[in-house]
Amino acid sequence: MYYFLRLTRALDERAHVLQQQNKVVGGLFSNQGQEAISIGSAFALEKRDYVAPMIRNIGTVLVRGHSARDIMTQYLAKATSPTRGRDNSQHFGDVERTGVVAYISMLGTMVPVMAGMALGARLKGEDRVALTYIGDGATSTGDFYEGLCLASVQKLALVVIIENNQYAYSTPTSKQSLLENLSDKAKAFGIPGITGDGNDVLEVYRLAKRCIEDARAGGGPQILELKTFRMRGHAPHDNQAYVPKGLIEAWRKKDPIGRFEAVLGFGEAEKAEVGARVAAVVEDAVKFAEESPLPDGKEALQGVFEDDSIVPFTPWWRRDA
Amino acid sequence: MPELTFLDAISRGLWEEMEADPTVFLMGEDIGAYGGAFKVTKGFLEKFGPGRVIETTLSEEGFVGAAIGAAYTGLRPVVEFQFIDFIACAFDMIVNVAGTSRYRWGKGVPVTFRGPWGAGGRAGPFHSRSIEMWFAHSPGLKVVAPATPSDAKGLLKACIRDNDPCIFLEHKHLYRRIKEEVADGSPAIPLGRARVVRPGEDLTIVTYGMMLHRTMEAVAALEGRSIEVLDLRTIYPLDRAAVVESVKKTGKVMTVTEDTRTGSIAGEIAAVLCEEAFEHLDGPVVRVTSPDVPIPFAPTLEDAVLPSVKDIAGAADRLLRY
Repeated sequence: MYYFLRLTRALDERAHVLQQQNKVVGGLFSNQGQEAISIGSAFALEKRDYVAPMIRNIGTVLVRGHSARDIMTQYLAKATSPTRGRDNSQHFGDVERTGVVAYISMLGTMVPVMAGMALGARLKGEDRVALTYIGDGATSTGDFYEGLCLASVQKLALVVIIENNQYAYSTPTSKQSLLENLSDKAKAFGIPGITGDGNDVLEVYRLAKRCIEDARAGGGPQILELKTFRMRGHAPHDNQAYVPKGLIEAWRKKDPIGRFEAVLGFGEAEKAEVGARVAAVVEDAVKFAEESPLPDGKEALQGVFEDDSIVPFTPWWRRDA
Repeated sequence: MPELTFLDAISRGLWEEMEADPTVFLMGEDIGAYGGAFKVTKGFLEKFGPGRVIETTLSEEGFVGAAIGAAYTGLRPVVEFQFIDFIACAFDMIVNVAGTSRYRWGKGVPVTFRGPWGAGGRAGPFHSRSIEMWFAHSPGLKVVAPATPSDAKGLLKACIRDNDPCIFLEHKHLYRRIKEEVADGSPAIPLGRARVVRPGEDLTIVTYGMMLHRTMEAVAALEGRSIEVLDLRTIYPLDRAAVVESVKKTGKVMTVTEDTRTGSIAGEIAAVLCEEAFEHLDGPVVRVTSPDVPIPFAPTLEDAVLPSVKDIAGAADRLLRY
């Protein structure tokens, strides 16, 4: 767990350097300060389970078996990336190998989709659990309600982790909901809902494990709200001027890595040993990504349908006269 | 060979696919004991059980998303919309999640979205819409619109077996009005191919859905004229070659759609012909469509909007004389 916390943080920091150098294509969505939620919950899943990580859940995909190279090549939109440059950052997956489902930008959509994966597993007689994350903001979407509505009456093995980082872009949670705890939304569906400390990786693991195993045992969908804080802006262009003074500093004291180091009793030597391992993995990933080519423009026409001949593009003006 | 209504043919097609492939299952509102709003799935719950006939909550975006998720696990869901108009509620899930999935991350979505479609039933603005171009315009989706019982059965089978998301439109005005002999166990009909309903030399009429039947009535009224009628059957992928070939022969073309004018497939066909068969055209590419208005409720208003047999015959006659 500690290794993955450090790896996730190091990748994020390195990606920001690449972004400063104009090497990252498109946005970069930091997960700093939120790593414990991804990693604690991913450790609580079984290998056969399904998970749909949000854009900030880099830790989840690393724990599930995707590599640092996958992360870096995605940021740089390279041909060697999992989506071969089709989609950005943490929008990739591999159902068969890692159980990871690619998220899309319309937030909330994965709640119904993952309910369907739990349904599919049940129809096939498999005891797999489907887990997804949703931000505080996206608990305002219709998808959140529609997905949980269906999942609750069907008693599907679905776990929804509300990763409450207190801001949806610039909008504070108080402008999304009057509830103190977003897990209270569980009452609308007649399902269990609990709230915990998202910056304590062991608490995340413990609560996620409980939800996952309750869902697996036939208890139906579970909502787990984990409170944390988004330590950087929505993306690098956002300086977070809207966050009240002192709040970021207060949350920095609750940093999940430092807290876990205290629990583990790690001294400088242990931290440095893991740091060196992490640095080697990150440098390998950056080197691989930087040396990889961008995808060939011709590939843009491929893969819309199983049958590529459906999308011909030989317009009149490109033909021989 | 049993004589089947349009509705029975769809029902039989579904039934045969469910018998043949255990990964096919149904989702939708009221499709279980009630048999669906139009009774397409009557008797399915008893035959296939609640594991394969899943009655959903009233949440289109929710159950469409769940169908996509189930497809990710290797199943082939067939989703019924009570009226196809309600597919609007699930638009995001279909165009953004399902339509782009294979392209984004290589994961195909073998889901069939089906439901009663089209106007003529005095059902008003929210139970009569032509929704085909919303999805034909959105990459990654196939849109299928049969006009006869045998095509409905065969094309539905092809949609269910297809590894990409398909939207299957069932014209509800045809459900119980037309009959045809359709063999048990009849094969799937390939998607993306138009059908020459009758051959002709002087004019091509391209149409689909209920308008095929009005077109055939109009052609009958224009006795003695050599008119070729093409039923598109699939809106996307459009059978460009069939349209171009026909027009090369006749030199004149008219499209008939129930869909509203701006952005209907009629415009795309006109554009294709301008690029691919410009030198073969002996007249304007004429569109007979509904005007850009919602489908109104009162019989007099609805009749004023939809292309009538008289409209079609009049337009064809004028184009023939051009």
